Amino acid sequence: MKSWDNITKMALSVNDGKTSALELVNESLSRIEDAKEYSAIISTTKERAIERAKLIDDGVKSGKNMGRLAGVPFIAKDNFLTFGSETTAASNILKGFNAPYQASAIVKLEAEGAICVAKANLDAFAHGASTENSDFMVTKNPHDKTRVPGGSSGGSAASVVLGLAPFSLGTDTGGSIRQPASFSGCVGLKPTYGLVSRSGVVAMASSLDCIGPMTKTVGEASLILDVMSGRDPLDSTTIEKDSLGYLSLDVDIKGKKIGLVKEYFDDSLDKDIKESIDELIAKLKTAGAEIVEISLPILPSALAVYYILCPAEVSSNLSRYDGQRFGYSFDEANDLNESYSESRARGFGKEAKRRIIIGTYVLSSGYYDAYYKKAQLVRTKIVKDFEKAFKSVDFLLGPVAPTQAFKIGEKSNDPLAMYLSDVMTVAPNLAGIPSITIPIDEKNNLPVAVQLMAAQKQDRPLLGAAKKIEELSQ
Amino acid sequence: MVKISQEEILKLANLAQLKLSKEELIEFSSELSTILDYVSHLDKVDVEGLEPTYQVTGLKNVTRDDVKIDYEVDKELLMSNLPDSQDGQIKVKRMIG
Repeated sequence: MKSWDNITKMALSVNDGKTSALELVNESLSRIEDAKEYSAIISTTKERAIERAKLIDDGVKSGKNMGRLAGVPFIAKDNFLTFGSETTAASNILKGFNAPYQASAIVKLEAEGAICVAKANLDAFAHGASTENSDFMVTKNPHDKTRVPGGSSGGSAASVVLGLAPFSLGTDTGGSIRQPASFSGCVGLKPTYGLVSRSGVVAMASSLDCIGPMTKTVGEASLILDVMSGRDPLDSTTIEKDSLGYLSLDVDIKGKKIGLVKEYFDDSLDKDIKESIDELIAKLKTAGAEIVEISLPILPSALAVYYILCPAEVSSNLSRYDGQRFGYSFDEANDLNESYSESRARGFGKEAKRRIIIGTYVLSSGYYDAYYKKAQLVRTKIVKDFEKAFKSVDFLLGPVAPTQAFKIGEKSNDPLAMYLSDVMTVAPNLAGIPSITIPIDEKNNLPVAVQLMAAQKQDRPLLGAAKKIEELSQ
Repeated sequence: MVKISQEEILKLANLAQLKLSKEELIEFSSELSTILDYVSHLDKVDVEGLEPTYQVTGLKNVTRDDVKIDYEVDKELLMSNLPDSQDGQIKVKRMIG
């Protein structure tokens, strides 16, 4: 697992003409080639990446500053619309799709000189917690090839940990950035809902979907957030970024109150993870943080709410894949209806079908009030419980998942067991609050991480505290 | 426990324009029952006096100026994704049997 210089340092070096963007891109492409056995990458954008690198090098030669990410290669989860290769969301139905425009997040990163070099594997349409639901291949955990990297942003997490690029992008609807960051061992940030534009990202559950960076360090995640965040006319649910930005963080934890989420420390939590978190808590206390236990009794209901709302929104968002305008189309249909239902039957994988059926059920008249509306009401209770908690503490701390990375195949035949992998990560999505995964330890040769949460729009203080946790864990 | 029959799954699949195999019908009918059983514990949560949450940003009526925007989308690239086309139009299978 090779490493990269710090991103800021790398961009400075490119702007100073000491390193060429082309060298960095070629290095990234060759590492991708060498790491094929991990199946982290679906496609590279080689030609376009090299072209862009040359443009950046030419710009530097003519004396221009090429941006805060000049020449820095990155890898996008393959549900981001990008030029240079197909965008498939790891699904057969989108195979061969050439995006006619790029995601806003990609446009913003490119404007600062970053170069997308490849597209990372995921559970098809981001439906999953292990990357085993990809219609193409299963990504392997960088620490143990018999284990999953987590999901759905498993390819993005593995890419960063393997050092294929200095950073990657993921999407998080119920934990899909934070859980693979924890299983594979990198930093993964799910920002406040609306802070990063969803324009040009394959929609999963629109009221929950968040976009965020996956990096080696908290400081680098802050930089990428700083570049990507803010209002976007193409996504009317976006919010303004913090007026101070997300750089130069306040990392003083002294006097800060951190709540340990009682419901996340029950018997289902792996003993090794508990032990590592206890060690971190002791260090936080020594550093002057005040640690209190806090209970959010509604949390055990969060997963049930999620597995009603998420499929409901999924079934609606996936209705656009009809085989008529893009992607796979069944050629031998006799009429339009057969073309729809056969194209969808052949193009969607099992998990997408499962979610379409669940979603259609909970949205159908007769069941709407009992499931969908009830879930939206309980969601309000979750929002309010978090608001209340953040009146008494600055941050909430807990594990990311009940276990470390599990074995490939261990849960793939039991959808409910797979859904339970999200039990500790879905609540922040339902409440729209920011949450970050920070690796703190290694046990059984696998990473251990914690999840730190803050109130809505408190991404800046969250990153500061996360940086302190990172320091304390080294 | 809520029981979802294969006939009900078939009806849902038709609503969603999704053809399912016999195996999928059997599998989904048992899985959907298990999943609905799991989410049914929400019945016990007291939500008296609460309003539903459909979105969390608090934003309301986000508008833009009523002017034409050029998205600079390449028409040829857009058209290249079409499974079938004729004279620059999307071509679909016949609609009426």
